[in-house]
Amino acid sequence: MGNTLLDVRNLRTEFVTQDGVVHAVNGVSFVIEEGETLGLVGESGSGKSVSMLTVMRLIPIPPGRIPSGEVIFQGQDLLKLSAEEMRQIRGNKIAMVFQDPMTSLNPVLTIGTQITEALELHLGMTKDKARKRAVELLKMVNIPEAERRLDDYPHQFSGGMRQRVMIAMGLSCSPQLLIADEPTTALDVTIQAQITDIVKRLKRELGMAIIWITHDLGVIAGLADRINVMYSGFIVETAPNREMFANPLHPYTVGLLGSIPRLDEGKRERLTPIEGLPPDLVNMPVGCPFYDRCSFRTQKCLEENPPLMSVGVKHWSACWNYEAVRERRDEILHRTTRDVAPA
Amino acid sequence: MEAQTKIAPQKGSAEANALRSDNETILSVRNLKKYFPITQGILVQRKVADVKAVDGISFDVKAGETLGLVGESGCGKSTTGRTILQLYRPTEGSVVFQGKDLAQLKGEELRKMRSNMQMIFQDPYASLNPRMTVGDIIAEPLEVHNIAKGKEKKERVQELLQIVGLNPYFVNRYPHEFSGGQRQRIGVARALAVNPDFIVCDEPISALDVSIQAQIINLLEELQNRFGLTYLFIAHDLSVVRHISDRVAVMYLGKIVELTDSQTLYANPLHPYTRALLSAVPIPDPIIEEKRERIILVGDVPSPVNPPKGCRFHTRCPLAIPICKEVAPEWRDVGNGHFVECHVV
Repeated sequence: MGNTLLDVRNLRTEFVTQDGVVHAVNGVSFVIEEGETLGLVGESGSGKSVSMLTVMRLIPIPPGRIPSGEVIFQGQDLLKLSAEEMRQIRGNKIAMVFQDPMTSLNPVLTIGTQITEALELHLGMTKDKARKRAVELLKMVNIPEAERRLDDYPHQFSGGMRQRVMIAMGLSCSPQLLIADEPTTALDVTIQAQITDIVKRLKRELGMAIIWITHDLGVIAGLADRINVMYSGFIVETAPNREMFANPLHPYTVGLLGSIPRLDEGKRERLTPIEGLPPDLVNMPVGCPFYDRCSFRTQKCLEENPPLMSVGVKHWSACWNYEAVRERRDEILHRTTRDVAPA
Repeated sequence: MEAQTKIAPQKGSAEANALRSDNETILSVRNLKKYFPITQGILVQRKVADVKAVDGISFDVKAGETLGLVGESGCGKSTTGRTILQLYRPTEGSVVFQGKDLAQLKGEELRKMRSNMQMIFQDPYASLNPRMTVGDIIAEPLEVHNIAKGKEKKERVQELLQIVGLNPYFVNRYPHEFSGGQRQRIGVARALAVNPDFIVCDEPISALDVSIQAQIINLLEELQNRFGLTYLFIAHDLSVVRHISDRVAVMYLGKIVELTDSQTLYANPLHPYTRALLSAVPIPDPIIEEKRERIILVGDVPSPVNPPKGCRFHTRCPLAIPICKEVAPEWRDVGNGHFVECHVV
């Protein structure tokens, strides 16, 4: 770790629709280092998937447009590359695994054809060599009888196996960065545990960086080195994993943690939900996007949208009142000082 | 203890219910089976096999409690809920609700019983008719069961909207004008319209965003206290089920493998499947996650058309012994109402 792999600066993505311009990503900046696992947490419409699709240049333009931003990957701005140059990087140096393995695999091609395609295209392997590599890859993600399964079609695999095939495809060219977009959301928990287990092992063995998009704080707690929390197209808090859970300093992060029941806790009387709904991305407020739902809000929040402010070691929060959050959050989280683990 | 703290004595009726819940059984399911036939042929449909979605389950639900039903996709938990409400007629077994066996009831008698039992569905987008106004959706059960007409009906609908935390002014709006969480509130209002005693909640929050889920969980808990409702809460998320339920039943491939109160289930799970399931649920705490030992189950759930002989879990069970392959274990009480179906424990 230590070397910057991907540097995203002030990235904005918008969509022109009949109802107006949807502001999906509103100036997102972050850095990911080599070998690092970054968790991108947020709810539907928070811009987590769209920001990553923008990085991958997979946003259809139009209706999409990218009014500002730079995506520096190994010294070059991906947003300035030609379609052909981008194709050399996509699937090769940066790979993506999608949420729904059934719709992301081509149903009329065998798994083998789909895996070897990238190997022949990007690495110039011969058919035989590519096939051998494909078997290796399937073995890596614990697919039994890999040799035989290569000639099967996607429908012959279960949901969990399909997702493992997707991961194998993502890893086929040994990418430096793997972007996983809710890869376990459609799966049962025991299968999810299989997948996260494999990803943790592969990360250790292959040393690639991972961006893991999820809405599940539990999954990310066991995987990430660092976490970005997104809300209506903004990163509202970013911190190292342990720090984020021990010392959350944005009202939205606190709200998320307070609203989920935990398996390991005693009977808690009530959850503390986040009341209300996220703002309309067409008519974004001038001030803080979380204002309507925030229990820490002040007049300033209505007038000015807070930037990310340094609130600790490698910890930034976009909240004017983070000190108040620090003081009052334990009430929302139903935790006593005893529960607070050291960061 | 759990049952009492859960049903916090806010109102008289709730307190009364907490007391009642110690003894009164509202629903008693015995050896319930639901098979779906698989047929073949064009002119003559021949039955070639059965999908054994629910294959012999027994449990009781006490008045005023929440019984959680948890399991992975395809384990038969939703089918169980629907078969109890007679939306599917059982293949075998009995469903005794308030003293009557619903499996034997037909026509008008069954229709009358339906006003005591309702359902809240998983998908708030698919379970509301897009061409009906919210007012009409909520009023429909009132009309069907001849509960209210005219002005009275209108007032009741507005009252129901208020109860579930929506503005009564919304009666003339259509479902598409609402967010997922609000739609689920409409579904809850519709279920409450007939003043039921018992509600089957079939994954009522899984389609919602995390921050909205807690709103609906709290709403369901409030309503239970206020109206003394009994819930069968079906979900795949064990954290949520444990939070809301007094007792939890764990299903695997058409069978309930373990049933106990929610504290014991977490503190002392006996069935190997329950243990694996618990260990697979992620906990939002990196320090705990680092130390946790996961039981990773190998392979996938077998097909319910040909469930494995003997114990259904033996193909994936880390503790399986030879007898598990031959003989199906019995459903037995190991003490204090803790039921389990396993040879090894």
